[in-house]
Amino acid sequence: MSDAIKAATLEYATRLGDDSVVLGHRISEWVSYGPFLEEDIAYGNVALDYIGRARMFYTYAAELADDGRTEDDFAYMRSDREYRNLLLMEMPKGDFAYSQVRQLFADAYYTLVLPELLQSKDETLSAIAAKGIKETKYHLRRSRDWVLRLGDGTEESHKRTQKAVDALWGYTHEMFDMDETEQMLADAGIAVDVSKLRDAWHKMVSDVLIEATLTVPEDSWAVRGGRTGYHTENLGHMLTEMQITHRSYPGCQW
Amino acid sequence: MNEISLMPEEQYRRLQQRNVAEVKELWDLLDQVKDPEVPVLSIWDLGILRDVERDGDRIVVTITPTYSGCPAMNTIADDVVAALKASGYDDVAVNTRLSPAWSSEWMSPAGRRKLRNYGIAPPEDADLDDDGLTPDAHAQCPHCGSRNTRRISEFGSTACKALFQCNDCNEPFDYFKKI
Repeated sequence: MSDAIKAATLEYATRLGDDSVVLGHRISEWVSYGPFLEEDIAYGNVALDYIGRARMFYTYAAELADDGRTEDDFAYMRSDREYRNLLLMEMPKGDFAYSQVRQLFADAYYTLVLPELLQSKDETLSAIAAKGIKETKYHLRRSRDWVLRLGDGTEESHKRTQKAVDALWGYTHEMFDMDETEQMLADAGIAVDVSKLRDAWHKMVSDVLIEATLTVPEDSWAVRGGRTGYHTENLGHMLTEMQITHRSYPGCQW
Repeated sequence: MNEISLMPEEQYRRLQQRNVAEVKELWDLLDQVKDPEVPVLSIWDLGILRDVERDGDRIVVTITPTYSGCPAMNTIADDVVAALKASGYDDVAVNTRLSPAWSSEWMSPAGRRKLRNYGIAPPEDADLDDDGLTPDAHAQCPHCGSRNTRRISEFGSTACKALFQCNDCNEPFDYFKKI
């Protein structure tokens, strides 16, 4: 592996890890607040899958960095400006409709990204994708069911779900952006060219929204910045809570 | 008439790997290590145990997670080290391997029986739906054997299971998902 490819792969693995840990943490904020016990457990399990995936990406990033850092350093010892996650993942949990719409957007995204990542020439990235593909089918079925149920539910649930769709739509464009780092890796057969997935994602999500009697928003605005470390204020608040124990008691184990 | 048992290719390969291993006694030993979430199954039964090798004085054990988020992996690694240490093997390394991704096909026939007796429906006790996913009904109830059941949640007590309820005996039960 050339130095340039290695450095880019480290950055790429970190980005994917950041996406997973931030979304996993947001989902975990629902634990014990779910609408009923079974759903509480189900959503908690989805959080575990995302956090587990983050651990695999970070472990690989630490291996590539080879500077003594571990997966924990990547998760707990970087500031919001150093995080490279997509903005969609860091939005606060909001009400249940808001979280499920975000979840549908994310699950549909991974349904398309992971099979592409499976084809990566990087064996570790491919192996992580292979584990994620099977799980993601269940994640997507769960979030899809919720968006259908809430969108096509009561007047109140419909209103809230549409509001969530409209509020989150502008954060989805960034998911399909490529920069120099990812383009170089895509050319080398390592990274996924996400720019080619937008149409398939739009169709997958639109089909669910329409079936849920919701309106697919126009592409009228977009917010970007996650991949360059420019985040919404929400990420700083989230990391403060997520990192406080580790930073207060470095190296603590139990 | 007794049921003719058909062994899937994956299971056969695992069994061969164990039977021809130079360190067969270590496979037998590790077959005593239980999965902390499903304590009737050993890590062999579940297919988490992928390889055991002797490298000089060091024992190298390879395990694989069922799901990305399986929180039991650290405990399993600790239990593997403890089991080997108790038998006098002090130098043990536990590796995690992701590829090939774990499949419920790897579960041993004994494991499937133990699972059912424990009150968890094994993967083959439900016919998958058209998408190849857990169906929304008709997983066989491990308590009364009825097929008149319905899925209550996509995820049960752990990510590798779904939650069902039997319409005949009313008992809820976990179904071990086929992946």
